[in-house]
Amino acid sequence: MNSFSLADCTTVEAALSQLKNGAVIKAGGVDLLDRMKNGTDQPTRLVNIRNIAELRGIHETPDGLSIGALTTLAEIAENPAIRSQYTILADACGHAATPHIRNMATIGGNVLQELQCWYFRSAEFQCIRKGKDQCFAFSGLNQYHAIMDYGGCPSVAPSSGAVALLALDATIELKSASGSKRNVAIKDFYVQPDANPHRFNVKAEDELLTAIHIPKPAAGTRSAYQKYGEKESHDWAIADAGILLEMDGNICKRAVVAMGAASPVVRRSAEAEAALAGKPISMETAKAAGQASMTGAMPLSMNGYKVQLFPVAIYRTILLAAGQMERDPSAAG
Amino acid sequence: MATRIPHAIPDALLGSADDAASAPTKTVRMPVGVPGFTLHEEERTVPASEPPVLPVNKDLHYIGKSVERWDGHAKVTGRARYTADVQLPGMLYARFVSATLPHAKILSIDTSEAESHPGVKGVHVIEKLLGSAVLRDPSLEQSRYPLVRYVGQPVAAVAATTPQAAVDAAAKVKVRYETLPFVVDQDLARQPNAPLVFPGAADQAGTAGGGGSASGIAQTGNIHGPAVHKRGDAQQGLKEADVVIDARYTTQVQTHSALETHGAVADWKPDLLTVWSSTQGTASVREELAAYFQLPISKVRVITEFMGGGFGAKFGAGNPGVVAAALSRKTGAPVRLMLDRQEEHLSVGNRPSSDQRLRIGAKSDGSITAIQLISYGTAGCGTGAGCAGPATNLYKSGSLHTEENDVFINAGPAAAFRAPGHPQGAFALEQSIDELAERLKLDPLDLRDRIDENPVRRVQRQVIRESAIWKSRNPKPNADTGPIKRGIGLSQSVWYRMLAMNSAAEVRVHKDGSLEVLSAVQDIGSGIKTAFAQILAEQFGVAPAQVEVKIGDTNYPVGPNSGGSVTTLSITPAVRDAAWQASQKFLASIAPSLGVGAGELTLTGGMVRSASGKFQPMAFRAAAARMNTDQVSAQARRIPDYDPKKYDTYGGIDVAEVAVDTETGRIHVKHVYSVHDCGRPINPAQVISQINGGVIQGISYTLFEHRLLDPNYGIMVNSNLDKYKTVGALEIPKIEVVLTECYLGQSSTDASGIGEAAGIISTGAAIANAFYNATGVRIRQLPMTPAVVLAALNQPLPQSEAL
Repeated sequence: MNSFSLADCTTVEAALSQLKNGAVIKAGGVDLLDRMKNGTDQPTRLVNIRNIAELRGIHETPDGLSIGALTTLAEIAENPAIRSQYTILADACGHAATPHIRNMATIGGNVLQELQCWYFRSAEFQCIRKGKDQCFAFSGLNQYHAIMDYGGCPSVAPSSGAVALLALDATIELKSASGSKRNVAIKDFYVQPDANPHRFNVKAEDELLTAIHIPKPAAGTRSAYQKYGEKESHDWAIADAGILLEMDGNICKRAVVAMGAASPVVRRSAEAEAALAGKPISMETAKAAGQASMTGAMPLSMNGYKVQLFPVAIYRTILLAAGQMERDPSAAG
Repeated sequence: MATRIPHAIPDALLGSADDAASAPTKTVRMPVGVPGFTLHEEERTVPASEPPVLPVNKDLHYIGKSVERWDGHAKVTGRARYTADVQLPGMLYARFVSATLPHAKILSIDTSEAESHPGVKGVHVIEKLLGSAVLRDPSLEQSRYPLVRYVGQPVAAVAATTPQAAVDAAAKVKVRYETLPFVVDQDLARQPNAPLVFPGAADQAGTAGGGGSASGIAQTGNIHGPAVHKRGDAQQGLKEADVVIDARYTTQVQTHSALETHGAVADWKPDLLTVWSSTQGTASVREELAAYFQLPISKVRVITEFMGGGFGAKFGAGNPGVVAAALSRKTGAPVRLMLDRQEEHLSVGNRPSSDQRLRIGAKSDGSITAIQLISYGTAGCGTGAGCAGPATNLYKSGSLHTEENDVFINAGPAAAFRAPGHPQGAFALEQSIDELAERLKLDPLDLRDRIDENPVRRVQRQVIRESAIWKSRNPKPNADTGPIKRGIGLSQSVWYRMLAMNSAAEVRVHKDGSLEVLSAVQDIGSGIKTAFAQILAEQFGVAPAQVEVKIGDTNYPVGPNSGGSVTTLSITPAVRDAAWQASQKFLASIAPSLGVGAGELTLTGGMVRSASGKFQPMAFRAAAARMNTDQVSAQARRIPDYDPKKYDTYGGIDVAEVAVDTETGRIHVKHVYSVHDCGRPINPAQVISQINGGVIQGISYTLFEHRLLDPNYGIMVNSNLDKYKTVGALEIPKIEVVLTECYLGQSSTDASGIGEAAGIISTGAAIANAFYNATGVRIRQLPMTPAVVLAALNQPLPQSEAL
């Protein structure tokens, strides 16, 4: 790790005033410090926002929820209102990483974390996402990489939280040093690699992610998220599923099927959603939705098994959301 | 029948009977066998100076009881001082500069910019590299610096006043390379036109923990081998067989991943080099440093107060030890060099891979006519990938033919790793034996009863037969109809009784009744300190916590290097003998003040008694006040086994219960029932703890761990503990351990080690056999990730595939 200076800020204004000359924001420090230890990031100045009290907390509003950027994953996972009405988000935050990390990691940092591709994370490889023109994964080791929508970079979206937030139609609140504030829908927040391989999201360097707003789900909504790894303790998803069902009796009026570990940017499967809309939720319809989710899959040399795994993750999570199946022991972590 | 010790184990570990020849002897009767099953008495002729025969555990006070870990409190409170905790005045921090290419010749190394970096006190350029194989004919390579054969190979090191300055300066060392073609794929490396890792034949020396290979083995291209071993005529045996099980198995490279990385603190003074080292052998570090720097052994002191884990890769000073010492000599200051996690994965050892073709021939009654194993494995730029131990030593009734080959690739050299070669070998052998049982319509335990005569394994099979887990097994494979299928399987293991004669201890008795035991032996975490305290407690009748255990320092009497499960069986008899002799000296010391002859006094159960009843039994501590000097002491060394002609193997049987999710490809290990032979358990809780650890490490190896090298650049892509996957708390099943307490009549403690046989050997095959029981599909590849499991389930391999 390189040497750096640290500015400790206790207000948003103070933090924003520091965001210049390559200064980097540090909240929980989980992902940033990993990248600094790997030598892939070498910032000379860190702006610590962890002690800004106003950025922490979960607020219920008439329209839904407002979650401060510094709220930890553990706080979200344990919040009774989120557990009952926004179950998918409690699931995603409560099964990310490890208990220790969930106590430190913030929701803001979780959605802003960078790719977990091992080439991207190695200082030895200068890849397309670091401003060069090469991807090492296509001809290298790609067993955990993307199976769809990858263009020139088959890394996968690393944030479990973002899968849930996509399903919930959340918006990301950004404030800038100039005093302006904007809200960006999460579906527009991440940048596809082919649109701009050097950017992961639309947040500008002088902007601070301050809050996440989530509209109140429609009546009859049930939701769930499950993450499948090679193990439960501290593993990254090889497949995952965020499911949201708007139910009218036994009929699913509207379904959301979201995935993270399939593509570089969190995505919804229109095909899987269509397979559920207007139908009762059953093993049969859930499995059909799972199969439909793989429309357009183009696995790489080593990750064909993920095309088999995703439909399972999706059908089981649909049934979990519908209350027809227990949480999967393969997704207990 | 001749018994072959796996060639990976140095002969030096075997005991010698030479020095026992002329001493006066006595004949004693000793307990032998397994209590509750085969316990009986046998006669042994032993040196007259040996202590009285120790009864079986149930008749003892402290030995055989799960007394509290002697240093447990120090460990859990952070008081324990590990190597990385050593702080010396003026100490410098060192950092390696490592090679960034998998195969290259170093043209020049420019250290000038690093040397002028603020805080830097010295830079050392490596001119002699340790750990890798070396060319038999060094003239084949003309180079000032060692050839680079793997990414992460240490090239130089920087010592500075702060860790950060060392890191920053290391980045300023400029190395110019001439790149050479490389190969990191074992299959590609075997091909005739593959890039050559070495330009000629090369061998890696073994360490005190094993590994390495016999020298003089043929080498063709990158293939170092075969090392051929034969017993009878295996071709003929296969011809005579009614059934031949023929299969190919592959296993991956595993890195050691001990919690504490390799490293040392070296303090070079004109009259003494003192080194604190994270090592399994203080003696091995001392020897290597003395040889490397051409110092008398007496001018080197090595200290290991606490160890944060060692599985075979921590013998000798290694590159970190010699470089720390060289930098200390150069700078005149103490130097600390601890590796980081990436360096740990890359440069200090691993368990080699294997690609095995195993053929077992048997008669229709199950009797084995032949075992033939041809194996290839890579130990990177080292050797030691042989894995024929289980095939050679588990079922010995048929003929045998083994050919072991090392395949050089451009990766870090292997090192001994907990039961070298045996997890790989057992993964293949014990699956094929199960397959044979199925083909012959025999129960897996019944077949093993027919082909394995070891009396302890026989008892263990009986224990398993009567266990609830085995009784719950459905012998029909693939019986469950849902997507999640349960299965139960077992595997045997084998390890060897190896004795390190460099095992001595001193016991001191002080006038205030306090006791000390001293030895250079190190406690690598398995609890030998506690065992020492228990032995003295048993002899003197004091609580184990009141014994001072001072070990892990070469200033004390010589101790064994802890590898191959030698420590407990080698050193505890020396400690008991020293304690016994010290107790006799103690009685002689107090006899005059009691007005009796020393011969009239005994010290049993913590009480000094007079044979004539001249005085009431007196507690040891009260009696100590009567000593006629301030201290008495005795030093004893290990004597050879009482019956050196008798050869013993150790082992156990692990039963695994799994739930296979046939849709996700996940294997959930639910329960492991582990029946193990450990000689006399001195501290059952510690023995069970080691077996728990072996089972957990075995699950980790079987399901998760995998060193991954990028094929195009030769760089390990998962050289951290995030992407190199090891077992976590949620993957650890219920583990139930049954100790088959077993007496051999071989020494004054009759204790044995358990490190190797404990689970690591047999867990993989037990899980694989359970997988078959669950699914009806054989899985012959490690690690069993979802990708591997789904591939196996989608396209089941034929039961016996031809290659």
